[in-house]
Amino acid sequence: MNPQHLNASSLKSRFTRRFLRALTKINAQKPISSSSPREIFQRYGRIKAAADKSMANSVRSRRTWSRAMLWKLRSRSYRQASSGRRSAVKTSTTTSHQAIRKKTNHEKENKPTKTGEDQVGFVVQADELRELVPGGEAMDLCNLLDETAHYIKCLTTQVQVMKKIVDFYSL
Amino acid sequence: MSSRRSRSRQSGVSRITDDQITDLVSKLQQLIPELRGRRSDKVSASKILQETCNCIRSLHREVDDLSDRLSELLASTDTDSEQAAIIRSLLM
Repeated sequence: MNPQHLNASSLKSRFTRRFLRALTKINAQKPISSSSPREIFQRYGRIKAAADKSMANSVRSRRTWSRAMLWKLRSRSYRQASSGRRSAVKTSTTTSHQAIRKKTNHEKENKPTKTGEDQVGFVVQADELRELVPGGEAMDLCNLLDETAHYIKCLTTQVQVMKKIVDFYSL
Repeated sequence: MSSRRSRSRQSGVSRITDDQITDLVSKLQQLIPELRGRRSDKVSASKILQETCNCIRSLHREVDDLSDRLSELLASTDTDSEQAAIIRSLLM
């Protein structure tokens, strides 16, 4: 086994513990007729949210992307609770951006100067990246690249753990 | 120092130098399996960012797919002992 597992507080074990706990809870909520497509779809949504939430909680508030993700998950569950099954009007994302901006404390930087057409491609890709990384819209370029690296690392851990769980379950 | 282009003229605003960006971008390059072997000056920064976006998108898709499979598996299996075995083997 990977020596990482022996470290009790490694990201992988923190995520695994939280995620397994969430899975057990979701499994316990199963009704009698648990294999209708709608049930499966709802459970899929819950599992995905649990995976994201477990990962964001394992990182806590140390990273901007995890803060943004936790904010998104909490506001979504609040909306679902207050409006029942029908999804409510989308809350404006401006409030979340303000909250994140207060924490990051950076002014939005101008793009750095680089020669050639590479600059244009770079800027376009940076904007695409902002959409993919949670909280990316409010980050300056340096933070965005830094957060992206950490986010990718955490995503690969998440995928690894989930794959192992699926493998065990399908034995 | 004269060869380095920086935006340090403005006071009170955090400096971002081109070198900083390059460092961060090459750090990203190391994380992406497709680009890891290549020399950093042969891969343009926008290509690295593009591959990063693709990488994140495919990871999202994998998470979706795995959540879907987990949901179906939970529908079919039920025993508590199985979960206990999983928990034990993953945490040890």
